[in-house]
Amino acid sequence: MTAPNVDTWFAREVLPMEAVLIQFLRNNWRDKSEISDLLQDVYVRIYEAALKQIPDSTKQFVFQTARNLLIDRARHERVVPFETLADMEALNLAADVPGPEQTVIARDELLRLRAGLDRLPARSREALILRQIEGLSRQEIAQRMNISDHTVKWHLAEGLRLLADIMYGDTAEAGARL
Amino acid sequence: MSESCKSSATDIQKRAADWVFERHDSKTWSPEDQVKLDAWLNESIAHRVAYVRLETMLTRSNRLVALRVEPAKGGKRIEPQSQKRRFSLAAAAAVGLVTLAGTGAAVFLNAPQTQTYSTALGAHKTITLADGTRIELNTNTVLHARISARERSVWLDKGEAYFQVTHEETRPFVVTAGNYRVIDLGTAFSVRSDTNRLEVALVEGRARFEAARANIHMTPSDLTPGDVVVATAQKVIVTKKPEKKLASDLAWRQGLLVFNYTTLADAAAEFNRYNTKKLIIADQAAARLTVMGKFPATNVDLFGQVAKAALGVRIESRSNEIVISKQPTEK
Repeated sequence: MTAPNVDTWFAREVLPMEAVLIQFLRNNWRDKSEISDLLQDVYVRIYEAALKQIPDSTKQFVFQTARNLLIDRARHERVVPFETLADMEALNLAADVPGPEQTVIARDELLRLRAGLDRLPARSREALILRQIEGLSRQEIAQRMNISDHTVKWHLAEGLRLLADIMYGDTAEAGARL
Repeated sequence: MSESCKSSATDIQKRAADWVFERHDSKTWSPEDQVKLDAWLNESIAHRVAYVRLETMLTRSNRLVALRVEPAKGGKRIEPQSQKRRFSLAAAAAVGLVTLAGTGAAVFLNAPQTQTYSTALGAHKTITLADGTRIELNTNTVLHARISARERSVWLDKGEAYFQVTHEETRPFVVTAGNYRVIDLGTAFSVRSDTNRLEVALVEGRARFEAARANIHMTPSDLTPGDVVVATAQKVIVTKKPEKKLASDLAWRQGLLVFNYTTLADAAAEFNRYNTKKLIIADQAAARLTVMGKFPATNVDLFGQVAKAALGVRIESRSNEIVISKQPTEK
Protein backbone atom coordinates (compact mmCIF):
# COMPACT_ATOMS: atom_id res chain seq x y z
CA MET A 1 0.00 0.00 0.00
CA THR A 2 1.33 3.43 -0.85
CA ALA A 3 1.12 6.25 1.65
CA PRO A 4 -1.53 8.25 -0.26
CA ASN A 5 -3.83 5.22 -0.30
CA VAL A 6 -3.34 4.71 3.39
CA ASP A 7 -3.95 8.42 3.96
CA THR A 8 -7.27 8.16 2.16
CA TRP A 9 -8.27 5.01 3.97
CA PHE A 10 -7.23 6.50 7.28
CA ALA A 11 -9.21 9.68 6.74
CA ARG A 12 -12.27 7.86 5.50
CA GLU A 13 -12.50 4.93 7.89
CA VAL A 14 -10.38 5.49 10.96
CA LEU A 15 -10.85 9.18 11.78
CA PRO A 16 -14.65 8.92 12.05
CA MET A 17 -14.15 6.48 14.94
CA GLU A 18 -12.14 8.91 17.00
CA ALA A 19 -14.93 9.80 19.41
CA VAL A 20 -15.64 6.19 20.27
CA LEU A 21 -11.96 5.39 20.42
CA ILE A 22 -11.33 8.19 22.91
CA GLN A 23 -14.25 6.99 24.97
CA PHE A 24 -12.74 3.52 24.95
CA LEU A 25 -9.34 4.82 26.05
CA ARG A 26 -10.89 6.94 28.79
CA ASN A 27 -12.87 4.02 30.09
CA ASN A 28 -9.81 1.86 30.26
CA TRP A 29 -6.98 4.12 31.31
CA ARG A 30 -6.59 5.70 34.68
CA ASP A 31 -4.48 8.71 33.79
CA LYS A 32 -6.74 10.93 31.71
CA SER A 33 -3.92 13.33 30.89
CA GLU A 34 -2.34 10.62 28.76
CA ILE A 35 -5.32 10.10 26.48
CA SER A 36 -4.10 12.30 23.63
CA ASP A 37 -0.71 10.55 23.60
CA LEU A 38 -2.38 7.17 23.72
CA LEU A 39 -4.62 8.16 20.85
CA GLN A 40 -1.62 9.18 18.83
CA ASP A 41 0.11 5.89 19.54
CA VAL A 42 -2.96 3.92 18.51
CA TYR A 43 -3.07 5.91 15.28
CA VAL A 44 0.60 5.28 14.62
CA ARG A 45 0.19 1.55 15.09
CA ILE A 46 -2.87 1.46 12.86
CA TYR A 47 -1.16 3.48 10.17
CA GLU A 48 1.99 1.36 10.29
CA ALA A 49 -0.01 -1.83 9.96
CA ALA A 50 -2.06 -0.38 7.11
CA LEU A 51 1.12 0.43 5.19
CA LYS A 52 1.68 -3.31 5.00
CA GLN A 53 -1.93 -4.19 4.45
CA ILE A 54 -5.25 -2.41 4.83
CA PRO A 55 -7.22 -4.47 7.33
CA ASP A 56 -10.50 -6.03 6.22
CA SER A 57 -12.51 -4.81 9.14
CA THR A 58 -11.42 -1.38 10.23
CA LYS A 59 -13.65 -1.34 13.26
CA GLN A 60 -12.32 -4.58 14.70
CA PHE A 61 -8.77 -3.69 13.86
CA VAL A 62 -8.93 -0.25 15.47
CA PHE A 63 -10.21 -1.56 18.75
CA GLN A 64 -7.94 -4.58 18.77
CA THR A 65 -5.02 -2.21 18.29
CA ALA A 66 -6.19 0.07 21.07
CA ARG A 67 -6.63 -2.88 23.37
CA ASN A 68 -3.16 -4.26 22.61
CA LEU A 69 -1.61 -0.88 23.17
CA LEU A 70 -3.23 -0.53 26.58
CA ILE A 71 -2.05 -3.99 27.56
CA ASP A 72 1.49 -3.25 26.41
CA ARG A 73 1.48 0.03 28.25
CA ALA A 74 0.13 -1.55 31.38
CA ARG A 75 2.84 -4.22 31.31
CA HIS A 76 5.55 -1.77 30.50
CA GLU A 77 4.62 0.59 33.28
CA ARG A 78 4.12 -2.29 35.68
CA VAL A 79 0.73 -1.03 36.60
CA VAL A 80 -2.02 -3.43 37.31
CA PRO A 81 -4.21 -3.62 34.26
CA PHE A 82 -7.73 -2.54 34.83
CA GLU A 83 -10.30 -5.17 35.43
CA THR A 84 -12.05 -3.72 32.43
CA LEU A 85 -9.20 -4.79 30.22
CA ALA A 86 -10.02 -8.38 30.99
CA ASP A 87 -13.61 -7.73 30.09
CA MET A 88 -12.79 -6.16 26.80
CA GLU A 89 -13.01 -9.43 25.00
CA ALA A 90 -16.60 -9.68 26.07
CA LEU A 91 -17.32 -6.14 25.04
CA ASN A 92 -19.60 -6.02 22.09
CA LEU A 93 -17.96 -3.30 20.11
CA ALA A 94 -20.17 -3.74 17.12
CA ALA A 95 -23.13 -2.40 19.04
CA ASP A 96 -22.00 1.15 19.59
CA VAL A 97 -19.24 1.78 17.08
CA PRO A 98 -20.32 3.64 13.98
CA GLY A 99 -19.16 1.76 10.93
CA PRO A 100 -17.43 3.35 7.98
CA GLU A 101 -20.67 2.96 6.10
CA GLN A 102 -22.09 5.65 8.32
CA THR A 103 -23.51 8.35 6.16
CA VAL A 104 -22.52 11.88 6.77
CA ILE A 105 -25.25 14.19 5.68
CA ALA A 106 -23.89 17.52 4.66
CA ARG A 107 -26.51 19.46 6.53
CA ASP A 108 -25.81 17.77 9.84
CA GLU A 109 -22.13 18.14 9.21
CA LEU A 110 -22.65 21.85 8.68
CA LEU A 111 -24.58 22.21 11.93
CA ARG A 112 -21.89 20.35 13.78
CA LEU A 113 -19.15 22.42 12.19
CA ARG A 114 -20.92 25.57 13.22
CA ALA A 115 -21.38 24.33 16.76
CA GLY A 116 -17.71 23.35 16.80
CA LEU A 117 -16.66 26.79 15.64
CA ASP A 118 -18.62 28.39 18.45
CA ARG A 119 -16.54 26.52 20.98
CA LEU A 120 -13.21 27.85 19.75
CA PRO A 121 -11.29 30.71 21.38
CA ALA A 122 -12.57 34.01 19.95
CA ARG A 123 -9.54 34.96 17.86
CA SER A 124 -9.08 31.51 16.36
CA ARG A 125 -12.78 31.37 15.63
CA GLU A 126 -12.67 34.72 13.91
CA ALA A 127 -9.63 33.78 11.82
CA LEU A 128 -11.19 30.50 10.72
CA ILE A 129 -14.49 32.15 9.87
CA LEU A 130 -12.73 34.76 7.76
CA ARG A 131 -10.79 32.06 5.93
CA GLN A 132 -13.36 29.29 5.58
CA ILE A 133 -16.60 31.26 5.31
CA GLU A 134 -15.57 34.63 3.94
CA GLY A 135 -12.85 33.10 1.81
CA LEU A 136 -10.25 35.72 2.71
CA SER A 137 -6.53 35.20 2.18
CA ARG A 138 -4.19 35.24 5.13
CA GLN A 139 -3.03 38.71 4.22
CA GLU A 140 -6.60 39.97 4.15
CA ILE A 141 -7.33 38.31 7.46
CA ALA A 142 -4.27 40.01 8.96
CA GLN A 143 -5.57 43.39 7.80
CA ARG A 144 -9.11 42.72 8.98
CA MET A 145 -8.01 41.53 12.41
CA ASN A 146 -5.23 44.06 12.61
CA ILE A 147 -2.60 41.50 13.55
CA SER A 148 0.53 40.15 11.86
CA ASP A 149 0.49 37.43 9.25
CA HIS A 150 2.41 35.23 11.64
CA THR A 151 -0.21 35.65 14.35
CA VAL A 152 -2.99 34.88 11.89
CA LYS A 153 -1.26 31.63 11.07
CA TRP A 154 -0.97 30.82 14.74
CA HIS A 155 -4.67 31.45 15.36
CA LEU A 156 -5.64 29.40 12.31
CA ALA A 157 -3.44 26.49 13.33
CA GLU A 158 -4.75 26.59 16.86
CA GLY A 159 -8.34 26.80 15.61
CA LEU A 160 -7.92 23.87 13.24
CA ARG A 161 -6.30 21.73 15.92
CA LEU A 162 -9.06 22.40 18.44
CA LEU A 163 -11.80 22.06 15.84
CA ALA A 164 -10.43 18.63 14.92
CA ASP A 165 -10.52 17.60 18.57
CA ILE A 166 -14.10 18.78 18.82
CA MET A 167 -15.29 17.31 15.54
CA TYR A 168 -13.54 13.97 15.79
CA GLY A 169 -13.38 13.54 19.49
CA ASP A 170 -16.53 14.91 21.01
CA THR A 171 -19.36 13.80 18.81
CA ALA A 172 -21.92 13.58 21.57
CA GLU A 173 -20.98 16.87 23.14
CA ALA A 174 -20.84 18.76 19.87
CA GLY A 175 -24.20 17.29 18.95
CA ALA A 176 -25.73 18.08 22.31
CA ARG A 177 -25.11 21.78 21.90
CA LEU A 178 -27.17 22.05 18.78
CA MET B 1 7.59 1.01 23.94
CA SER B 2 8.28 4.48 22.75
CA GLU B 3 6.05 4.90 19.79
CA SER B 4 5.52 8.57 20.36
CA CYS B 5 8.46 10.86 19.95
CA LYS B 6 9.77 12.88 22.81
CA SER B 7 7.47 15.72 21.87
CA SER B 8 3.89 15.33 23.03
CA ALA B 9 0.97 14.59 20.77
CA THR B 10 -0.22 18.17 21.19
CA ASP B 11 3.12 19.59 20.06
CA ILE B 12 3.06 17.41 16.98
CA GLN B 13 -0.47 18.51 16.22
CA LYS B 14 0.50 22.16 16.49
CA ARG B 15 3.32 21.65 14.05
CA ALA B 16 1.06 19.64 11.73
CA ALA B 17 -1.56 22.41 11.76
CA ASP B 18 1.16 24.90 10.79
CA TRP B 19 2.16 22.69 7.90
CA VAL B 20 -1.42 22.27 6.71
CA PHE B 21 -1.88 26.03 6.44
CA GLU B 22 1.60 26.46 5.03
CA ARG B 23 0.72 23.98 2.31
CA HIS B 24 -2.78 25.26 1.58
CA ASP B 25 -2.25 29.00 1.91
CA SER B 26 1.08 29.36 0.20
CA LYS B 27 0.80 31.05 -3.17
CA THR B 28 4.34 30.05 -3.98
CA TRP B 29 4.50 26.44 -2.82
CA SER B 30 7.71 25.18 -4.39
CA PRO B 31 9.26 21.74 -4.85
CA GLU B 32 11.69 22.74 -2.10
CA ASP B 33 8.79 23.41 0.25
CA GLN B 34 7.37 20.02 -0.63
CA VAL B 35 10.71 18.39 0.14
CA LYS B 36 10.70 20.03 3.56
CA LEU B 37 7.17 18.92 4.26
CA ASP B 38 7.92 15.39 3.09
CA ALA B 39 10.97 15.29 5.31
CA TRP B 40 8.87 16.26 8.30
CA LEU B 41 6.16 13.75 7.41
CA ASN B 42 8.72 11.00 6.99
CA GLU B 43 10.35 11.72 10.31
CA SER B 44 7.70 9.73 12.09
CA ILE B 45 4.34 8.19 11.43
CA ALA B 46 2.98 10.28 14.27
CA HIS B 47 3.73 13.35 12.12
CA ARG B 48 2.01 11.87 9.10
CA VAL B 49 -1.06 10.81 11.03
CA ALA B 50 -1.41 14.22 12.63
CA TYR B 51 -1.05 15.91 9.27
CA VAL B 52 -3.59 13.67 7.53
CA ARG B 53 -6.03 14.17 10.38
CA LEU B 54 -5.82 17.97 10.32
CA GLU B 55 -5.77 18.25 6.55
CA THR B 56 -8.91 16.13 6.45
CA MET B 57 -10.44 18.42 9.04
CA LEU B 58 -9.61 21.48 6.95
CA THR B 59 -11.23 19.89 3.91
CA ARG B 60 -14.27 18.95 5.96
CA SER B 61 -14.59 22.49 7.20
CA ASN B 62 -14.66 23.77 3.63
CA ARG B 63 -18.35 23.00 3.85
CA LEU B 64 -18.65 26.02 6.10
CA VAL B 65 -18.67 28.15 2.97
CA ALA B 66 -22.34 27.27 2.73
CA LEU B 67 -22.89 29.59 5.69
CA ARG B 68 -21.84 32.53 3.59
CA VAL B 69 -25.09 32.40 1.69
CA GLU B 70 -28.24 33.70 3.34
CA PRO B 71 -26.65 34.51 6.67
CA ALA B 72 -30.03 35.65 7.98
CA LYS B 73 -31.49 32.19 7.64
CA GLY B 74 -28.43 30.42 8.86
CA GLY B 75 -27.48 29.52 5.34
CA LYS B 76 -28.11 25.82 5.38
CA ARG B 77 -28.76 25.91 1.69
CA ILE B 78 -27.04 27.31 -1.27
CA GLU B 79 -29.67 28.97 -3.34
CA PRO B 80 -28.83 29.36 -6.95
CA GLN B 81 -30.23 32.72 -7.93
CA SER B 82 -31.34 32.14 -11.46
CA GLN B 83 -33.23 28.89 -11.19
CA LYS B 84 -35.61 29.46 -14.02
CA ARG B 85 -33.02 30.39 -16.57
CA ARG B 86 -30.64 27.64 -15.64
CA PHE B 87 -31.42 24.97 -18.15
CA SER B 88 -32.23 27.21 -21.03
CA LEU B 89 -28.93 28.93 -20.43
CA ALA B 90 -27.15 25.62 -20.47
CA ALA B 91 -28.81 24.71 -23.72
CA ALA B 92 -27.99 28.09 -25.20
CA ALA B 93 -24.38 27.74 -24.18
CA ALA B 94 -24.13 24.36 -25.81
CA VAL B 95 -25.68 25.56 -29.01
CA GLY B 96 -23.32 28.51 -28.98
CA LEU B 97 -20.34 26.23 -28.75
CA VAL B 98 -21.39 24.01 -31.58
CA THR B 99 -21.95 27.06 -33.73
CA LEU B 100 -18.60 28.45 -32.78
CA ALA B 101 -16.93 25.20 -33.72
CA GLY B 102 -18.61 25.28 -37.10
CA THR B 103 -17.59 28.76 -38.08
CA GLY B 104 -14.63 29.10 -35.77
CA ALA B 105 -11.95 28.15 -38.24
CA ALA B 106 -12.55 31.27 -40.26
CA VAL B 107 -12.81 33.60 -37.30
CA PHE B 108 -10.23 32.25 -34.88
CA LEU B 109 -7.41 30.59 -36.71
CA ASN B 110 -6.36 28.59 -33.71
CA ALA B 111 -9.78 27.76 -32.36
CA PRO B 112 -9.65 24.11 -31.38
CA GLN B 113 -12.28 21.73 -32.66
CA THR B 114 -15.15 20.83 -30.43
CA GLN B 115 -16.06 17.20 -30.84
CA THR B 116 -19.51 15.95 -30.04
CA TYR B 117 -20.13 12.44 -28.77
CA SER B 118 -23.49 10.85 -28.07
CA THR B 119 -25.16 7.56 -27.28
CA ALA B 120 -28.63 6.28 -28.08
CA LEU B 121 -31.08 4.88 -25.54
CA GLY B 122 -29.57 1.78 -23.96
CA ALA B 123 -26.16 2.30 -25.57
CA HIS B 124 -22.81 2.48 -23.82
CA LYS B 125 -19.66 3.85 -25.40
CA THR B 126 -16.09 4.48 -24.32
CA ILE B 127 -14.05 7.21 -25.96
CA THR B 128 -10.45 8.27 -25.48
CA LEU B 129 -9.61 11.93 -25.90
CA ALA B 130 -6.39 13.24 -27.39
CA ASP B 131 -4.89 13.75 -23.92
CA GLY B 132 -5.46 10.11 -22.94
CA THR B 133 -8.53 10.79 -20.79
CA ARG B 134 -11.10 8.02 -21.02
CA ILE B 135 -14.79 8.82 -20.95
CA GLU B 136 -17.51 6.22 -20.68
CA LEU B 137 -20.88 7.44 -21.89
CA ASN B 138 -23.98 5.87 -20.42
CA THR B 139 -27.36 5.64 -22.12
CA ASN B 140 -28.90 8.63 -23.89
CA THR B 141 -25.96 10.96 -23.37
CA VAL B 142 -24.62 13.96 -25.27
CA LEU B 143 -21.32 15.62 -24.52
CA HIS B 144 -18.88 17.94 -26.25
CA ALA B 145 -15.14 17.86 -25.73
CA ARG B 146 -12.52 20.41 -26.60
CA ILE B 147 -8.84 19.77 -26.06
CA SER B 148 -6.51 22.64 -26.78
CA ALA B 149 -2.99 23.53 -25.81
CA ARG B 150 -4.24 25.48 -22.83
CA GLU B 151 -7.37 23.76 -21.68
CA ARG B 152 -9.35 20.57 -21.64
CA SER B 153 -13.09 21.07 -21.46
CA VAL B 154 -16.09 18.83 -21.60
CA TRP B 155 -19.71 19.91 -21.56
CA LEU B 156 -22.23 17.30 -20.53
CA ASP B 157 -25.54 18.30 -22.10
CA LYS B 158 -27.51 15.36 -20.85
CA GLY B 159 -27.07 11.83 -19.59
CA GLU B 160 -24.28 10.33 -17.58
CA ALA B 161 -20.56 9.78 -18.02
CA TYR B 162 -17.64 8.38 -16.12
CA PHE B 163 -14.33 10.21 -16.43
CA GLN B 164 -10.91 8.71 -15.90
CA VAL B 165 -8.80 11.81 -16.24
CA THR B 166 -5.14 11.91 -17.17
CA HIS B 167 -3.93 14.53 -14.75
CA GLU B 168 -1.95 17.46 -16.07
CA GLU B 169 -0.70 20.14 -13.75
CA THR B 170 -0.82 22.91 -16.33
CA ARG B 171 -3.94 21.98 -18.24
CA PRO B 172 -6.90 21.45 -15.94
CA PHE B 173 -9.70 19.17 -17.02
CA VAL B 174 -13.07 20.85 -16.58
CA VAL B 175 -16.47 19.21 -16.95
CA THR B 176 -19.39 21.61 -17.11
CA ALA B 177 -22.96 20.42 -16.65
CA GLY B 178 -25.80 22.87 -16.24
CA ASN B 179 -24.83 25.55 -13.78
CA TYR B 180 -21.92 23.72 -12.25
CA ARG B 181 -18.54 22.35 -13.13
CA VAL B 182 -16.07 19.82 -11.83
CA ILE B 183 -12.38 20.57 -12.03
CA ASP B 184 -10.12 17.55 -11.91
CA LEU B 185 -7.20 17.45 -9.56
CA GLY B 186 -6.17 13.94 -10.67
CA THR B 187 -9.27 11.82 -10.56
CA ALA B 188 -11.93 9.42 -11.65
CA PHE B 189 -15.47 10.64 -11.24
CA SER B 190 -18.94 10.36 -12.69
CA VAL B 191 -21.37 13.07 -13.66
CA ARG B 192 -25.07 12.50 -14.21
CA SER B 193 -27.21 15.26 -15.58
CA ASP B 194 -30.97 14.73 -15.44
CA THR B 195 -33.59 17.29 -16.36
CA ASN B 196 -33.38 19.25 -13.12
CA ARG B 197 -30.83 17.39 -11.11
CA LEU B 198 -27.08 17.04 -11.35
CA GLU B 199 -25.11 14.37 -9.55
CA VAL B 200 -21.34 14.13 -9.29
CA ALA B 201 -19.63 11.20 -7.57
CA LEU B 202 -15.92 11.24 -6.88
CA VAL B 203 -14.38 7.77 -7.06
CA GLU B 204 -10.65 8.44 -6.89
CA GLY B 205 -8.31 11.34 -6.29
CA ARG B 206 -9.53 14.87 -5.79
CA ALA B 207 -11.71 17.30 -7.68
CA ARG B 208 -13.27 20.67 -7.15
CA PHE B 209 -16.97 21.29 -7.58
CA GLU B 210 -18.07 24.83 -8.25
CA ALA B 211 -20.61 27.04 -9.92
CA ALA B 212 -19.99 27.55 -13.62
CA ARG B 213 -21.77 30.90 -13.67
CA ALA B 214 -21.03 34.06 -11.75
CA ASN B 215 -24.67 34.55 -10.75
CA ILE B 216 -24.75 31.26 -8.86
CA HIS B 217 -23.44 31.77 -5.36
CA MET B 218 -21.57 28.73 -4.32
CA THR B 219 -18.02 28.71 -3.11
CA PRO B 220 -15.97 25.82 -4.51
CA SER B 221 -16.09 22.58 -2.63
CA ASP B 222 -13.14 20.18 -2.68
CA LEU B 223 -14.30 16.62 -3.11
CA THR B 224 -12.57 13.56 -1.74
CA PRO B 225 -13.33 9.93 -2.69
CA GLY B 226 -16.84 8.87 -1.76
CA ASP B 227 -18.21 12.42 -1.92
CA VAL B 228 -21.41 12.74 -3.89
CA VAL B 229 -22.78 16.13 -4.84
CA VAL B 230 -26.42 16.49 -5.74
CA ALA B 231 -27.38 19.85 -7.20
CA THR B 232 -30.97 20.78 -7.94
CA ALA B 233 -32.40 24.17 -8.75
CA GLN B 234 -33.02 24.70 -5.04
CA LYS B 235 -29.91 23.44 -3.35
CA VAL B 236 -26.54 21.77 -3.44
CA ILE B 237 -25.85 18.96 -1.02
CA VAL B 238 -22.65 16.99 -0.50
CA THR B 239 -22.89 13.56 1.10
CA LYS B 240 -20.50 10.73 1.66
CA LYS B 241 -21.47 7.43 0.08
CA PRO B 242 -19.92 4.13 1.13
CA GLU B 243 -17.72 2.52 -1.49
CA LYS B 244 -20.23 -0.27 -2.09
CA LYS B 245 -23.05 2.12 -2.85
CA LEU B 246 -20.82 4.08 -5.17
CA ALA B 247 -19.90 0.89 -6.99
CA SER B 248 -23.57 -0.01 -7.50
CA ASP B 249 -24.28 3.45 -8.85
CA LEU B 250 -21.54 2.91 -11.39
CA ALA B 251 -22.56 -0.64 -12.32
CA TRP B 252 -23.88 0.77 -15.60
CA ARG B 253 -20.30 0.68 -16.75
CA GLN B 254 -20.74 -3.09 -16.83
CA GLY B 255 -24.18 -2.72 -18.36
CA LEU B 256 -25.87 -3.51 -15.06
CA LEU B 257 -28.35 -1.87 -12.74
CA VAL B 258 -27.87 -2.70 -9.07
CA PHE B 259 -30.79 -2.38 -6.70
CA ASN B 260 -30.60 -2.55 -2.95
CA TYR B 261 -33.96 -2.07 -1.28
CA THR B 262 -34.86 0.12 -4.22
CA THR B 263 -38.55 0.81 -4.68
CA LEU B 264 -40.14 -0.59 -7.78
CA ALA B 265 -40.96 2.98 -8.80
CA ASP B 266 -37.29 4.01 -8.67
CA ALA B 267 -36.17 0.80 -10.36
CA ALA B 268 -38.64 1.40 -13.18
CA ALA B 269 -37.37 4.95 -13.63
CA GLU B 270 -33.83 3.58 -13.91
CA PHE B 271 -34.80 0.98 -16.52
CA ASN B 272 -36.68 3.60 -18.47
CA ARG B 273 -33.48 5.56 -18.94
CA TYR B 274 -32.15 2.66 -21.00
CA ASN B 275 -35.06 1.22 -22.93
CA THR B 276 -37.69 2.26 -25.42
CA LYS B 277 -39.92 -0.41 -23.91
CA LYS B 278 -41.05 1.38 -20.76
CA LEU B 279 -41.88 -0.06 -17.37
CA ILE B 280 -45.11 1.36 -16.02
CA ILE B 281 -46.04 0.89 -12.40
CA ALA B 282 -49.80 0.92 -12.28
CA ASP B 283 -50.53 1.37 -8.60
CA GLN B 284 -49.06 2.66 -5.35
CA ALA B 285 -49.01 -0.79 -3.76
CA ALA B 286 -46.67 -2.00 -6.48
CA ALA B 287 -44.64 1.21 -6.52
CA ARG B 288 -43.77 0.77 -2.86
CA LEU B 289 -42.41 -2.77 -3.17
CA THR B 290 -38.63 -2.99 -2.97
CA VAL B 291 -36.22 -4.96 -5.09
CA MET B 292 -32.67 -6.16 -4.67
CA GLY B 293 -30.23 -7.60 -7.15
CA LYS B 294 -28.29 -7.00 -10.35
CA PHE B 295 -30.02 -6.77 -13.69
CA PRO B 296 -28.86 -6.19 -17.25
CA ALA B 297 -29.95 -2.62 -17.94
CA THR B 298 -31.34 -3.37 -21.38
CA ASN B 299 -33.30 -6.52 -20.55
CA VAL B 300 -36.49 -5.08 -19.21
CA ASP B 301 -38.42 -8.28 -19.93
CA LEU B 302 -36.14 -10.25 -17.64
CA PHE B 303 -36.72 -7.74 -14.89
CA GLY B 304 -40.47 -8.04 -15.40
CA GLN B 305 -40.31 -11.81 -15.05
CA VAL B 306 -38.16 -11.66 -11.93
CA ALA B 307 -40.45 -9.08 -10.36
CA LYS B 308 -43.43 -11.26 -11.12
CA ALA B 309 -41.83 -14.33 -9.55
CA ALA B 310 -40.24 -12.62 -6.57
CA LEU B 311 -42.80 -9.99 -5.69
CA GLY B 312 -45.97 -11.63 -6.84
CA VAL B 313 -46.96 -8.70 -9.00
CA ARG B 314 -49.04 -8.87 -12.14
CA ILE B 315 -47.25 -8.29 -15.42
CA GLU B 316 -48.91 -7.14 -18.57
CA SER B 317 -46.53 -7.03 -21.49
CA ARG B 318 -47.45 -4.89 -24.48
CA SER B 319 -45.41 -4.05 -27.54
CA ASN B 320 -43.85 -0.92 -26.12
CA GLU B 321 -44.44 -1.18 -22.41
CA ILE B 322 -44.68 -3.53 -19.48
CA VAL B 323 -47.32 -2.70 -16.93
CA ILE B 324 -46.69 -3.91 -13.38
CA SER B 325 -49.53 -3.91 -10.89
CA LYS B 326 -50.19 -5.30 -7.45
CA GLN B 327 -53.92 -4.85 -7.08
CA PRO B 328 -56.15 -6.72 -9.48
CA THR B 329 -57.08 -4.30 -12.25
CA GLU B 330 -60.69 -3.18 -12.23
CA LYS B 331 -62.69 -4.55 -15.03
